This record gives sequence, C-alpha cells and structure tokens, in this order.
Amino acid sequence: MGKTKRVITTAQEFSWKKFFLQWEWLLVLLFIGINIMNANLSPYYMNSSGLLTATSSFLEKAFIALPMAYILVLGEIDISVASTVALSSVIMGVSYNNLGIPMEIAVLICLATGTLCGFINGFILTKFKELAPMIVTLGTMILFRGIATMILKDQASGNFPMWFSEIYWGSIGNIPYMLIAFIVLAVAFGVVLHKTTFGRRVFAIGSNGIASRYSGIQVDKIRLLIYTLTGTMSAVTALFLTSRMGSTRPNIAQGYEMDAIAMVVLGGISTSGGKGRFVGAIISIFIIGFLRYGLGLVNVSSQVMLIVIGTLLICAVMIPNLNLGRFFKKKTAKTA
Amino acid sequence: MEKKSFDIKKLTSSREMSLVLILIVLSLFIQLRNSSFLSITNINDLITNAVMLSILAVGMMFVLLIGGIDISIGSTIAFSGMAVALILRSNPGIPTILSFILGIIIGTLCGLLVGLIIAKGKVIPIIATLGLMNIFRGATYLIADNQWVAAYQLPEGLKAFATGKFLGINNMIIVAIVVYIIFAYFIKYTRTGRKIYAVGSNVDAAKVSGINIDRIKILVYSIMGGLSGLVSILWISKYASAQGDAATGIEMDVIAACVIGGVSLNGGKGTVLGVILGTVTLGILNNALPLINISPFWQDAIKGLVIIAAIIINTITQRTMDRNNLKRREI
Repeated sequence: MGKTKRVITTAQEFSWKKFFLQWEWLLVLLFIGINIMNANLSPYYMNSSGLLTATSSFLEKAFIALPMAYILVLGEIDISVASTVALSSVIMGVSYNNLGIPMEIAVLICLATGTLCGFINGFILTKFKELAPMIVTLGTMILFRGIATMILKDQASGNFPMWFSEIYWGSIGNIPYMLIAFIVLAVAFGVVLHKTTFGRRVFAIGSNGIASRYSGIQVDKIRLLIYTLTGTMSAVTALFLTSRMGSTRPNIAQGYEMDAIAMVVLGGISTSGGKGRFVGAIISIFIIGFLRYGLGLVNVSSQVMLIVIGTLLICAVMIPNLNLGRFFKKKTAKTA
Repeated sequence: MEKKSFDIKKLTSSREMSLVLILIVLSLFIQLRNSSFLSITNINDLITNAVMLSILAVGMMFVLLIGGIDISIGSTIAFSGMAVALILRSNPGIPTILSFILGIIIGTLCGLLVGLIIAKGKVIPIIATLGLMNIFRGATYLIADNQWVAAYQLPEGLKAFATGKFLGINNMIIVAIVVYIIFAYFIKYTRTGRKIYAVGSNVDAAKVSGINIDRIKILVYSIMGGLSGLVSILWISKYASAQGDAATGIEMDVIAACVIGGVSLNGGKGTVLGVILGTVTLGILNNALPLINISPFWQDAIKGLVIIAAIIINTITQRTMDRNNLKRREI
C-alpha cells in the first residue's frame, strides 16, 4: 500500500479537459446507460413510481455504504457490517417479542446494539494497532452473527406493530421516508467528509497515518468514532430491512458487506486510503442498485448477478490501477 | 533472577508450546465432562473431519505469510468440485487418480486468476478475493445449471476413497500427511520457500535483493488454488455429492485455524507446526462442543470469540517478546 504514488494537488488552474476526465463522469455515463437499458427492458420502469420502486429495492443497503466510504478513505475495511445488521435486528425482535419491551424502545435498543458492535470493532482496533482491520472484523463478523444465532436459533421473530412497517413502506406524498432519510444522511456525510476539518483529517490519516499522528491529529479517536458510526448506520439498515420484511432471522443481510464495499469502491474511493470523492460513491450506489433491479426485471438469476457484481467490483479497482489514465494526462503526470 | 526471566521468555516466545498447553488443558476438561472424547473412534473422527481444514490451512499460511488473504477458497472448492463431478458424470470411467489431477488443475487455474488479479492488476487481496468469491460461486451454479451431482452419478472408486484405508490409516489422513511433508520441506528448505518468508517480512528489502514479488504472489495464490482443488475432490468423495453451496464459509475456519496457530496477518510469521496445532484446536472445538452438550447454535459465537481472543493474545505475546528483545539489546 505504501508504494502507490501520490500527487498532492494544491489549487490548480481550472481546465475543462481535466474536469471531464474525472472518474465521476464515467460513472454518470454508466448510470445513464443502465437506465436506458432498464427502460428498454420494462415499459413500467421510466415513470416516477417505477423509479421509486427500483430505488427502494436497494436503498437500505446504501446506509452502510455511507460510513464504509469513510472507512475506505482511512485505508481500512469493515466486513462485519452485515453481521451487525443481523445482530441488531435480532435483538430488536427479541426485546419486543420475548421481553415485552415497547417497540419504540426496541428500536432504540437496535440502534444501541449496532453502535456497540461498531464500538467493539473500533475499540479492539485502536487498542491493538498492529492488528489488521480485516482480521478483527472477520472475527467480529463470525461473533456477531454467532450471537444472533445463539439468541434466536433457527427461529424467526416478527409480529411487529403496524407503525413499524411504515418505516420502510410509508411515504410523504410519493417519496418514501427511507429516501428522505437517505438524502439527508448522504448530504450530511458528504459535507462532513469534504467541507470540514474532520473530513480533511480523515483524508490525512488515510494518506499517511504516522504523519497525521505526529501533526497532532487524534488518529485513534477519529478511527474509533468512524467504526462506531459504521455500527450505528448498520443498525439503521437493520431497521429498514426488518421493517420491509416484517420479521427477522439470524441469517438476514447475508453478503451486504460485499455490496456496500462494491458501491464505495466503484465510486472511485481508493482501497489504499486517502483518495476519492463522496459524489462518486453516491452515484455508484444507484448504479449497482439499478443494475441489480434491471437484471432482476429480465429474470437474470441471482447466480449471474453474483458474477456481475463480483466482476464490477474487481474491474472498478483494477482499471484505475492499470494506469490507463497515462494516455490522457501525460502533462500532469508528475509522479513521485 | 536472570534465570527465571529467561524461562518465562522461553515459554512465551514459543507459541507452539503455549498452544500445546492450551490443547492439553482443553482436552482434559472435555474428557472430564464426557469420557468418550479421548476414545480411539472419536479421535479418529476428529482427525478425519479436520483433514480438509488442515490441508487448506497450509495454503492459507503461505498466503498470509506474504501479507495477503484469500477468502475465495470456499467458492474455488465448490467450483472445481462441481466441474470435476460434471466431467465424471458424463465420463464415469475416469480413474480416481485422474479426477484428483483434474481437480488440482482446475483449482490451480482459479488460484492463478486470483494471483494475476492481485499481482498484475494491483487489486488489494481482500477486494480481489471478495469479488472472485462471488464470481466462482456464481459460476458453480451456472455450470451445474442449479442442480447437484448426486451419489449415484459419481464413480464408486472415488466414493470409496474417503472411507478407504491404507496401512490401517484413513486415505484422507494420508493425503494430508503427504501434503504436510511436501510443504513443510518446501517452505523451510527450498529457495522459493525462503523467498516467500522474505516477501512477507519486508517487501521492499525482498524487491531490492532481486526477488520477483509478482511471481511469488502468483505462485502462492496458485498453490492455495491447487490445494483447494485437491480438497474439492476429497470433499465430493467424502460427501458423495457435489453441491453448489459446498464449502460456504470454510475460508473463515481456515483463516481462524491459521490465526490460532500463530500466523501473523501482517505477514512473515508462521510455521507449519503452528498451523497444525491451530487446526487441531479448531477441530476439537467443532468436535467437542456437541459432546459436552453445548447447543450447535452456540458454535459460531464461541468460534468468533476464540478467534478474537487468539489474535489479541498473539498481539500481547508479540509485544512482550519485542519488549524483552529490546531490553536484551539495551543491556
């Protein structure tokens, strides 16, 4: 990871050529292409309700992608998110159904569980800095889902009150609550990452953790905060997912970590840390979501879907690395 | 005073030794709760079940040694197992040894793809293998047309292999022992084996001293793939069927076995002996929890806890070792 060459760009003069050679424009093109494809596949796609249905089909996962972008900017990874979703959902279900706790409080318990899971990840990682985030979150991934299985065994837990299903299914006018929540959170996450000191510090840590530490950034505090936040957002996903399905089981949300990581990585946020823009991640959330929805429309089996998403994930990381850009920006290539 | 500190240091510095101690305590504890644990039949069962895990753990040790990770092996096993089973279904006359060779070839090709994407495409291992995990899994269902190859469609010779014995020892155990001897020799006494350690300890130093890093990476992932291919045939032989969802999640157990055995995820540290002990520990956990009446639903939680405990204990021992080394240098 240390061998990637970085060009630190300070305020440069604006050039149209460079503006249009950004990764985000490629994503926009891809996005338009997928929508044209979908519109050709189904006559019911290109109207407001069709688009909203398509959006609702994947948006719950996107809540994890938001903090995942921060984690990748740090140059780290969290693969325990899907298990956190399962555990917080199961604990919510059990506290409502078996412990007789009112649903309002059970929802809070769900959020608290997710936050705690994230905190555990962050705590271990900041206490034992030598450990790779991957192995720690691998352990907690098994542990969290294991606890969920321990609690609920092979049962399901449902029978939630009516208003709970409104969280996912309800809407203001035509616009689902979930979409509103997502827009608000996405804007908040984007602004914090790009327009605040905190965000700059996240980038600084991702570029060079040791230098950041020496320059007085509280690296551990920031990492702990971001991992905790990831847990909280996983719990938000758990809320929407449980609300959609109306019940919960220990094996829900399988593979969500891959989708969330794929969304962020396709968005141009580098896995080696310190690089990327939030807009890209948002666009690619919709690219992957609409792609899945469109392939579903033409009855592409979930197995082929696995292959498509997997290929997309690898290509998204590989193509910028293959340095195709050198054909375009010979002038600016002042590497090292 | 000096003598005492030396003893403690020696104890903590040999991870294998402490692992053996833990194993003995664990076994005695389980034996007290259920006296059938240390019977010959149960030990035989335990080892036979741990064979596939242990073979994969050797390959994973190599991958972890160079600071990589491979979570696509479960899918590689399913894919090459399914591919060979499909070939066997249409050509029942293929001898057992040839099906093993086929499995190893297909697995190696999968591993080669992983290695190429990581070394030449410069994709970080977790992302590359996360993607390929899904691609191989999808491909497994695709080539099999969502069906599975059942017992009656597989040749008798292959099915008999897993239960067969050679010199009174189960064939699968023999395969594992052969694999262990070959790779223990390879990593310790061949030039390439030492290069793998070198790459894991310090990539830059290895590069400067003329080691072709990309080639080592590709080699290591291909070995991992080849061993997965070998295991895939053992798998269809043992379960007498090839299924699309075979070996799902086995990568976690394999990585866990390595981590418990003291292989460092930052690369450069790990021994074959440690990996064997790690596999045995995990094998005992899998085998003994039902024996002492722990619900199977608890297994994953306990496993997760053991993994986290193992990596934290490893880190703490490592820190103590480093501190002791530093102290010695100061004197």
